[in-house]
Amino acid sequence: MAKQTQPASAAGAVVNDFSITVSTINGTGSQTSNLTIMRAIFKMGIPVQGKNIFPSNIQGMPTWYTIRISKDGFLARREEHEIVIAMNPATIKDDIEDVMPGGALFYADHLKLPVQRDDIAMYPMPVKKLARESGAPTKLRDYVANMVYVGVLAHIIGIDMDKIHAALDFHFKGKESPINLNYGVIQAAAEWAKENLEKSDPYRLEPMDATKGYIMADGNTAAALGALYGGVQFVGWYPITPASSLVETMNQYIPKLRKDPKTGKNTVVVIQAEDELAAVGMTIGAGWAGLRAMTSTSGAGISLMAEFLGLAYYAEVPLVVWDVQRGSPSTGLPTRTMQGDITQVAFLSQGDTDSIMLFPKDAREAFEFGWKAMDYAERLQTPIFVMSDLDIGQNQWMVEPFEYPDQPMDRGKILWEEDLEKWEKAGKEWGRYLDVDGDGIPYRTVIGNKHPKAAYFTRGTGHDEFARYSEDPEVWTRMLKRIKKKYETARGILPKPEVENMENAAFGIISFGSTHPAIEEARHYLKEEKGIPTDYLRLRAYPFSQEVRDFIANHEKVYVVEMNRDGQMRQLLELEVPEMATRLVSVAKGDGLPLTARWIMNTILEMEEE
Amino acid sequence: MAKTNAIGLTVKDYKGAPTTLCQGCGHNSIISQIISAVFEENIPPEGVVKFSGIGCSSKAPTYMLGRSFGFNGLHGRMPSLATGALFGDLSLIGIGMSGDGDSAAIGMGQFKHVIRRNMPLVYIVANNGVYGLTKGQFSPTADRGLKLKKQGVNPFEPVDICMEALASNATFVARSFAGDPKQVKTLIKAAMHHKGIAILDIISPCVSFNNQPTTTHSYEWGKQHEVLLHEMQFVPNAKEIMLQGEMQPGEIREITMHDGSTLVLKQVERDYDPTDRFDALRALEEAKQKHILLTGLLYIDTERPALTDLYELPDDTPFNRMEEQRLRPAPESIQAINDMMF
Repeated sequence: MAKQTQPASAAGAVVNDFSITVSTINGTGSQTSNLTIMRAIFKMGIPVQGKNIFPSNIQGMPTWYTIRISKDGFLARREEHEIVIAMNPATIKDDIEDVMPGGALFYADHLKLPVQRDDIAMYPMPVKKLARESGAPTKLRDYVANMVYVGVLAHIIGIDMDKIHAALDFHFKGKESPINLNYGVIQAAAEWAKENLEKSDPYRLEPMDATKGYIMADGNTAAALGALYGGVQFVGWYPITPASSLVETMNQYIPKLRKDPKTGKNTVVVIQAEDELAAVGMTIGAGWAGLRAMTSTSGAGISLMAEFLGLAYYAEVPLVVWDVQRGSPSTGLPTRTMQGDITQVAFLSQGDTDSIMLFPKDAREAFEFGWKAMDYAERLQTPIFVMSDLDIGQNQWMVEPFEYPDQPMDRGKILWEEDLEKWEKAGKEWGRYLDVDGDGIPYRTVIGNKHPKAAYFTRGTGHDEFARYSEDPEVWTRMLKRIKKKYETARGILPKPEVENMENAAFGIISFGSTHPAIEEARHYLKEEKGIPTDYLRLRAYPFSQEVRDFIANHEKVYVVEMNRDGQMRQLLELEVPEMATRLVSVAKGDGLPLTARWIMNTILEMEEE
Repeated sequence: MAKTNAIGLTVKDYKGAPTTLCQGCGHNSIISQIISAVFEENIPPEGVVKFSGIGCSSKAPTYMLGRSFGFNGLHGRMPSLATGALFGDLSLIGIGMSGDGDSAAIGMGQFKHVIRRNMPLVYIVANNGVYGLTKGQFSPTADRGLKLKKQGVNPFEPVDICMEALASNATFVARSFAGDPKQVKTLIKAAMHHKGIAILDIISPCVSFNNQPTTTHSYEWGKQHEVLLHEMQFVPNAKEIMLQGEMQPGEIREITMHDGSTLVLKQVERDYDPTDRFDALRALEEAKQKHILLTGLLYIDTERPALTDLYELPDDTPFNRMEEQRLRPAPESIQAINDMMF
């Protein structure tokens, strides 16, 4: 991200470089307040990222929202909180203790403070009083109470009130009544702060110009849009946190984006199935029938889909599966993020299998892989897994705008009536599983093809090149080898990794997905603070391409950074380059929270000392 | 010369691979009647798509309609595969072949939900009360008290496929008997013309593991205990209704299918109204108490919209032939989408 010259600031002030954590009770509408703060700061031109750390609960449990403000454009989670806004009596003690020395605590003035601190600024907020005076109906008081902290904070750190209004206008889709009610509370709170509080902390915002040309979007919305641009026709799904909003959002955009220009009718079928077994079954049926088909789920859903996806692998059916990963194993941490499904998906289902995975790093890449995955699925005639996670899927990401597909759709090797006639005339033999081109990818026909030789019988049992039942050991071995060949072909088709090198790098780092911002920031600190330059390869697909092997070959030591316990990606890399396995060092943590740059740096430094 | 149908095809064009099911298996009889029904209805084999789950019943699609696409899926999950696939081309007729183990055990959920959605599909349960392919274990429809070698005595009440279908609001529910091929064929014809789910529970004896005369899934018991709800004749659309044989006016009901075809039902014991769901449930319960095999069209509702109607897809071209320009939003839309983000 472009760096910005810092505006002139008051001596000792910390401008545009700090974190705010809001501690509230789940289900009280604080999300609107938090998004308003974040969006207003974004509109002030200051790079910002918000992360929702929430419980698996509808109402009543503690929830936190952290906002990272960074003039340098570092938007990973931080462990330190300069400003804490405390609204929840259940967590007030921890919240007070969490404020960094020299920081500021904003607290609802009806909360009893169990500890006092004299090393931070303390700002009481008359939340109940101002909510009462807002004129809001009783049932909305808790919601507007959360707007009080927006107003008080806005006054103390300097959030532009016009930008707050713009954020509310966006959130409430221009509806005047809620905009006015909430803005009124925010204004009153800011006014109250002006008259009653004296600023005694150093944190301030000043407008910048560093967010121009960027949008704010969550990865699930981006994925849904990407799929719609990819021409998705059939979606079978079942609700599961944190994937549900992907298809819910898609439903909202279908009438806008997918009205058939010819008939005015919608060209997407979305079915909420009775469970993941049926969701993936419908999707496989649709993919088999020649529709662009996808499902979206999380790890637990992948477990349920495993048998069917093994069938799709062996019967060679194209479909796209979004895995918005959450804390696992078991029900695990359903509202927290993790990259814990990597090996599960890589070896999914019984027997010898291979899976193709894509790893988007943010909302923008979720859009890109949303449409590209459709092409890969039909090109390679196999399930394509897009490995997102809760952090990408549910949090707002400041990204460059979505880019319209730069290639026409690739419908893969599909034969219709006239194609089969041409083949017949040319004396070319067609068999559903016959490798004609030597790339392991056969040609397929789909239902509705009226050529008398088009039909074949698809099965998960042993079959030969012509889809005939077979238990012949040679046929079986030949077929599985041929399918393996597809995966070799895939290496050259899938997105290449991104490599960023520094001069005289001490070691390499490999990572993927949502850890990207933390890696970039950690590399910056390693270089600027410790004088250690590093090279970095960001994986975008599995199976790995030659570039991955080359990167490992070029480094004596490669740290593989990921969000799980066992270093699952490192395991896959070890299998890929067994002769260089000892070069790979795992930097893995899966505690449900996005990795921070400091943790990555410190862990690597400790390992370097050993 | 072999007899051809109205579209110039012979029965041979509708055959599949030679059966590998046991000689005398009820499923072979069902396969023959499916072939005859599609042939006689002049439906090209390419106009039918076959689906199945796992089990003896689910092997059946291999042995019929070799020129039709087919998908032999997973145990109990034929309905979901069929649901997704048939959206590919709504002009095609889906025939799902399942069994009692496939539909009433792991498949109970999908069985119920494909019914709930009223997905257009001829859903045949070849019901023999036993697991054949794994060699003779009790299925969920096995009679209570049934004794099987190696298994002992079944202590549980059987699942009644038709009762379950009715409870799930199926729009077409029939019971038949593989030993009554004429009725099986007529019901398959009617089912192919029904726009919605058509559940056919066909008692189809397993000659290897469950054909002893005392079991309700045997040929002998079926032959001795079958009671017809009505005699049936299927008259395709655009054909004049010519009553066959003993069918006389006055004692008949005509059911008009959505495409104008007619199912003519002739009263046997009493005037049975298959549009009365309550009557259907009572008839099933009475049959159970009287220990008879009651066969015929138990229930039909030709009004309820089918799942495929709810989406109002463009109907000028099959969905799986729709070209890119109709599936990918226009380039200028991306700006508007980006503007909608914050």
